[in-house]
Amino acid sequence: MTSTRPSSADKKSAESAPAAALHVGTSDPRTLIMNNLRQSGIFVALVVIVALFAFLTDGLSLSPGNITNIVLQYSYILVLAIGMVIVIIGGHIDLSVGSVVALTGAVSAVVVIRQGQPWWVGVLAALAVGLAVGAWHGFWVAYVGIPAFIVTLAGMLLFRGLTLRVLDNISLSPFPAEYNRIAAGFLNGLIGGDGYDAFTLLIGGIAVAGYVVSCFRTRAARVRYQQPVESFALFVARMALVGAVVMWFAWQLAHARGLPIVLIILAALVLVYGLLTRRTVFGRQVYAIGGNLSAAMLSGVKVRTVNFWIFVNMGFLSAVAGIIFSSRSNGAQPAAGNMFELDAIAAAFIGGAAVTGGVGTVVGAMVGGLIMAVMSNGMQLMGVDQSLQSVVKGLVLLVAVAFDVYNKRRAGASR
Amino acid sequence: MVSTDDNILEMRRITKTFPGVAALQDVTLAVRRGEIHAICGENGAGKSTLMKVLSGVYPSGSYDGEILLDGEPVHFKGIRDSESRGIVIIHQELALVPYLSIAENIFLGNEQRGAGGLIDWNRTNAEAARLLASVGLAENPVTPVVQLGVGKQQLVEIAKAISKKVRLLILDEPTAALNDVDSAHLLSLMRRLRDEGITCIMISHKLNEITAIADSTTVLRDGRTVERLEMASGEVTQERIIRGMVGRDIDSFYPDRVSTPGEEVLRIEDWSVRHPTQDRLVVDDANLNVRAGEVVGIAGLMGAGRTELAMSVFGRSYGRDITGRLFVHGREVRARTVAEAIRNGIAYATEDRKRFGLNLIEDIRRNISAAGLRRLARLGWVNDNEEIKVAESSRRDMNIKAPSVMSVVGKLSGGNQQKVVLSKWLFTDPDVLILDEPTRGIDVGAKFEIYTIINRLVADGKAVIIISSELPELLGMCDRIYTLSAGRITGQVPVAEATQEKLMELMAKDKESVG
Repeated sequence: MTSTRPSSADKKSAESAPAAALHVGTSDPRTLIMNNLRQSGIFVALVVIVALFAFLTDGLSLSPGNITNIVLQYSYILVLAIGMVIVIIGGHIDLSVGSVVALTGAVSAVVVIRQGQPWWVGVLAALAVGLAVGAWHGFWVAYVGIPAFIVTLAGMLLFRGLTLRVLDNISLSPFPAEYNRIAAGFLNGLIGGDGYDAFTLLIGGIAVAGYVVSCFRTRAARVRYQQPVESFALFVARMALVGAVVMWFAWQLAHARGLPIVLIILAALVLVYGLLTRRTVFGRQVYAIGGNLSAAMLSGVKVRTVNFWIFVNMGFLSAVAGIIFSSRSNGAQPAAGNMFELDAIAAAFIGGAAVTGGVGTVVGAMVGGLIMAVMSNGMQLMGVDQSLQSVVKGLVLLVAVAFDVYNKRRAGASR
Repeated sequence: MVSTDDNILEMRRITKTFPGVAALQDVTLAVRRGEIHAICGENGAGKSTLMKVLSGVYPSGSYDGEILLDGEPVHFKGIRDSESRGIVIIHQELALVPYLSIAENIFLGNEQRGAGGLIDWNRTNAEAARLLASVGLAENPVTPVVQLGVGKQQLVEIAKAISKKVRLLILDEPTAALNDVDSAHLLSLMRRLRDEGITCIMISHKLNEITAIADSTTVLRDGRTVERLEMASGEVTQERIIRGMVGRDIDSFYPDRVSTPGEEVLRIEDWSVRHPTQDRLVVDDANLNVRAGEVVGIAGLMGAGRTELAMSVFGRSYGRDITGRLFVHGREVRARTVAEAIRNGIAYATEDRKRFGLNLIEDIRRNISAAGLRRLARLGWVNDNEEIKVAESSRRDMNIKAPSVMSVVGKLSGGNQQKVVLSKWLFTDPDVLILDEPTRGIDVGAKFEIYTIINRLVADGKAVIIISSELPELLGMCDRIYTLSAGRITGQVPVAEATQEKLMELMAKDKESVG
């Protein structure tokens, strides 16, 4: 039997074979960096940009208040970027998310402000609208076969128009305090603290502990399967670095206003979608479709179903972003969410997603989004003119993708 | 050593290194004026690199050694340099623009201009017509290239080369994608060009073609010249060339197998398939079956409907209005989607692995798991450690040559890519494997490995259907061979009674005579 199905019967042979793979284990930091240039490159870029603006603003950009601000200001773009990177991995694009943010926020505002329903009815209504919009896009892309560029370009106009309709062309505000708390609220003071919020630090500590436990479990599983693992020193160093960054971040937040509720939402989404893309059949099929549509189809992937759900998911996350944005701006405006799609797309591409599909990660898109966020925020602190900000952001996007293309070409040439 | 005067081209002690690897080492190539010179070697032997050095893709200075054209040294900085001296390469993947006309393609980059620098269309089309006549292609020069078959596109490429006043024509795997009729036509055209004074260099895996038309052959192995064989005597056999290519004798192309067919695994009855856009039957009332432990071949000319038949059976992934009955293990199944076909134990390895078989930007591991991912998943969650284990065991069983299962598939050689495709399908644990051109574009050594793998599968009780354009392959591997002509099954021949002639005759049978 030559079947390669996993079975306990070949346990014995498995013991000797992956040993061959062990020597390719990468503990040499240079190899590690080279192998992960695509990923580590943007981490390095983020660090450089953070350091640059810390220097240019005399540390103001790293102050507790400003760190909190960045989280509050850019969370909805990051939420959109999660959905967008999945769309892009699948080989599509979504130009409509800005309009959908506006529409979902508008619906929520109408339900809560105009009709006086409780805040959670508004949230549910927005989510329902988001899912419906996603299903609409998914239907045209997956089942009718219209390119997503066209479908979502139409959607961009369509849903902007509907937003104007729903709002009767006027802004609605304000939301009740409960709704406001979604984007502007903090969890703090639950367990006290003197001059800082102990609860925030506790959550930071729990996050770090969770990260360490999951790292150890992954490593143990790899060892059990006799897979190569990085050297123990490097392993510990990596965890220590991540832990230190997270704790520093929590420390800064604790000294400002505590733990933003929106950060909890964002962290949960990143965690869930990180796992969804890497560890589920659905996630794998998205990569397969983006990498080679025909091959995926002939491997039994239900391409239409997968494409449909990619867009439903994008609609859902657009609604989440719409809720956060309307909550933050404490109302709904006809022009809300303008150009958000471009920020989300830029985040995904800066984060290493490929224009042709099949490549990209949620974490990459988050880092890409943070690069944009830190840059905009830093330039605002410095009082840089709006026009110049736009020029810089455009150039960064161009350079990031050019770097990616160059990298790929070099990798291709070295075969 | 042939005297220099007779040689149109000499490449002396060519060494080309890439970071870490020497692609060519002291390679010598001498081509006589007005001959057909074949270059053969396994994939990775350095054939393409050598041609890139010759044509200036790798500019002078990026390699060591010297190139003499008509006895004088040349230093090409790019393709334009080499083309200006009459050296033209036609690559395996044709470089034509599909929606431009034949004439526009021929004069692309060399536009026929008239007054004021505008393109003179009358002259362009008239010149193109003349060139087409010279390669024996009866097509209107204004026809878009996309409407031509691969064989005719190949002729357009040659016409384009002639328009550039070619003296040394290099053809890289010219017949790889052609059917027998088109191949024969191309080979006779090459003979004619030679007689008209155009020297040809031909890179090919098809040794029967080399022995048929080459005047001399240079054999490369591992980036070195192994030998130069004079073919005029007629004494150089295919086995002789293979010995040079692999450095040892291969006892037989096809490994031995004891055939012990068991129960019927797959049967199709009255199977008809309509073309997806045109109103004609691509498969017309086909009946065939295959048993466990049996290899069944499907022979047919290009366009006979072989791939279409296979893909329509495989979850109706080709065609419309499919009628007929499909039985697996004697039970009728309705495999309406690829997923259902896979669940019913059918696997189909495509003829074009790069376009339809593999995700080239993904690694070996994820390509192997692509079709059987649910076997690795519980409640939608993939066990990625188990996935690596599966990939590792495939790598071992199939002898996939790659540094690790994390290697990107696009960088593997054709043979290793094909092994990844086979691994992918074996992981779905199929009962019947349909292998469409399983050894296309694969070197001799890897071919033998693929054959060995097929035999191992059959010995384990799998049923295998092989679709192939190479009749010797079918004769060497199969127990029974069906012939297909214009969508109809025109014959079923046990291998003991089959000969190439007999199969050709059945493959060429037209509809009327089938009745």
